[in-house]
Amino acid sequence: MALKRANAVIVGAGAGGGIVAKELAEAGLSVVLLERGKWYSPFDCRKDDLRNQRTSPLGQAFGPDDERNPRVLVDPQGREHVVVASGPGYHNNAACVGGGTFSYGAMAWRYLEKDFRMRSTYGRLPGSTLEDWPVSYQDLEPYYEKAEWEIGVSGDVSGDPFHAPRRRALPMPPLPPNREYELLYPAAKRLGLHPFDIPMLRNSVPYNGRPACMRCRWCVGFACEVDAKCGTHNTVIPKALATKNCELRTECVVKEILTNEHGRVTGIAYFDAHDQLQQQDADIVVVSCGAIESARLLLNSKSRFFPDGLGNRHDWVGRNLQGHTYTGAFGLMPMDIYDDLGPGAGIAISDYNHGNPGLIGGAMLANEFIRLPIQFVSMIPPGLPRWGKAHKDFMRSAYRRAIAVQGPTQEMPMFDSRVQVDPVVKDHWGIPVARLSGDKHPHTIEVSTVMAGKAEAWIKEAGAIQTWKKLSGPGLSAGQHQAGTCRMGNDPTTSVVNRYCQVHDIDNLFVIDASVHVTNGGFNPVLTIMAMAYHASNHLVKQWKGSRFA
Amino acid sequence: MPIAACGRRGSPWRFFTAEEARTLEAVCAQIIPEDQDAGAAGAGVVHYMEIQLTRCYKPLQKTYRRGIAQIDQESIDVAGKPFADLPAAQQLAVLHKVESNPELKPFFDLLVAHTMQGFYGDPRHGGNRDRVSWKMVGLPYPPLRGRLRYDFADLAKGELPWR
Repeated sequence: MALKRANAVIVGAGAGGGIVAKELAEAGLSVVLLERGKWYSPFDCRKDDLRNQRTSPLGQAFGPDDERNPRVLVDPQGREHVVVASGPGYHNNAACVGGGTFSYGAMAWRYLEKDFRMRSTYGRLPGSTLEDWPVSYQDLEPYYEKAEWEIGVSGDVSGDPFHAPRRRALPMPPLPPNREYELLYPAAKRLGLHPFDIPMLRNSVPYNGRPACMRCRWCVGFACEVDAKCGTHNTVIPKALATKNCELRTECVVKEILTNEHGRVTGIAYFDAHDQLQQQDADIVVVSCGAIESARLLLNSKSRFFPDGLGNRHDWVGRNLQGHTYTGAFGLMPMDIYDDLGPGAGIAISDYNHGNPGLIGGAMLANEFIRLPIQFVSMIPPGLPRWGKAHKDFMRSAYRRAIAVQGPTQEMPMFDSRVQVDPVVKDHWGIPVARLSGDKHPHTIEVSTVMAGKAEAWIKEAGAIQTWKKLSGPGLSAGQHQAGTCRMGNDPTTSVVNRYCQVHDIDNLFVIDASVHVTNGGFNPVLTIMAMAYHASNHLVKQWKGSRFA
Repeated sequence: MPIAACGRRGSPWRFFTAEEARTLEAVCAQIIPEDQDAGAAGAGVVHYMEIQLTRCYKPLQKTYRRGIAQIDQESIDVAGKPFADLPAAQQLAVLHKVESNPELKPFFDLLVAHTMQGFYGDPRHGGNRDRVSWKMVGLPYPPLRGRLRYDFADLAKGELPWR
């Protein structure tokens, strides 16, 4: 039976899709929002340190499940591995209503002006597709502000002289500091750095009808027990549903995007929660599945007019897969500093995001979220045995004295770091799976190594008596900060979507998530995904002509 | 089906034979030894492993069975006795040999990872008996909640009393 035609079908209810759903539904469009995962609530918070989105030896708490969703990873030596979501190499992002925003650490960064103009700022880098964005920080500024106020951000960036101009302060004050913060703040000042309170999509005071953070130790990777973490699942998606114009269907896995003989998209085919194949016709299709799954869906949507998949005439879909190269430093203080005050991360510097001599870009550095004991197991100094009496002694004596600073180095995009569809391996529904391959640019590793040194200097100044670096080696980088696979640009031959996230040669197909990021900033990407979703939705609604998209 | 078919004959374990469990317990006891605090054996790490081997680690059942046998074989080759019958110093020597053997190292790495999970992970999964590792590292229990030391009213006004 044919389903009722909708104006828009949105694939993926994460950071991008949730916002688009609300914006379109409020503008009067009929919207079907599809999500492959389930809809969880704060009561699903199990605080299970072996089964969550951050540490997952026993599985991912919020999807996808290991059994039905394999991927293929090709390592730098060219060997193929079939990988599962909870294991290494999968580069997972949560599959649930809210997507990553349901269980994230919730840092809410605006990228800096230079982050949108990396090529103009630094020039060409051999071996990299480093490029400028077709939008500027100024274009996105109003939408950053909208995301901060509608989804809810706490923090205080007034101490950061490097932040880009902003019209309005954040809606909520920062959470009070923990012990690590209190040590790192004066240390940064002594080093001539500019520490400030990390902006976070987390209630520090009651906001939007939800309570303040209770400061437990299970934050990043976990659902928030008191619903103080702000994601699309508890803000814009409920608003979209309240308009009565939006229908949310969970556990729906999209097979392909359908096209007609005029080269426009007509809807999608998907498997519902009972594995029944359904067809949803729509005037507009919005793809918001995250950088890996969005590229996979476009590539799997092949037809006579689009033999290589949608938006892929010039072979750019799936290219430039990137994430963040996290490096930093650990240290031990002479005294006990563990105060069990979540979320842990609270203080940051962006002194090193740009202006590092001889380097392209850099990273924001912040103190790390609370380390649960199982996570601390591998945070050991070089030379320490990873098992036996010495390791146990270290755990016992170091756990409450540890201090950690790290940051996401902005990566140099690589044309050959990519998502393809695998010719052999299929998922539970018979859909070809994502095949990931590629490597980091050597300069990315070089920058990240310098960043680790800066982090180490900071914790030394804070009084650590023993310090060691956490460095990064080669290998593909994507993970929860995955981006870049449907690059935004003005030139249709070197990009996939235009500045409004519209696929160049298909005017009623949009990609609205981190796939469109040209570069990924030296910051957690979620607020930029949200701002871009507002920006693209605004354009889409303006272009919408009655029952048709012109 | 008779109940005995669910377990191994003569073994109180649901997956391991009594011999396998004895070897594994001895290996884990070297990975995290007992001192003033319980080690892996006392924390129920083998119990953790066994529960997971009947659930999400099911695909690893054969790996475990073969790996345990190989460690015992290595032990017999080196010291003439099964692993659990060796004195501690000799057990360590055998494990260092296992660790440096490219054929056996993947299984040993797996055991180290699973031992850490069973010892430092949440007790709900069968290990970390009585939260022994959490007491050892000094993790407060029960966790305290809602310890905001400052007044919401001040925060909402934008006053940051700690500055």
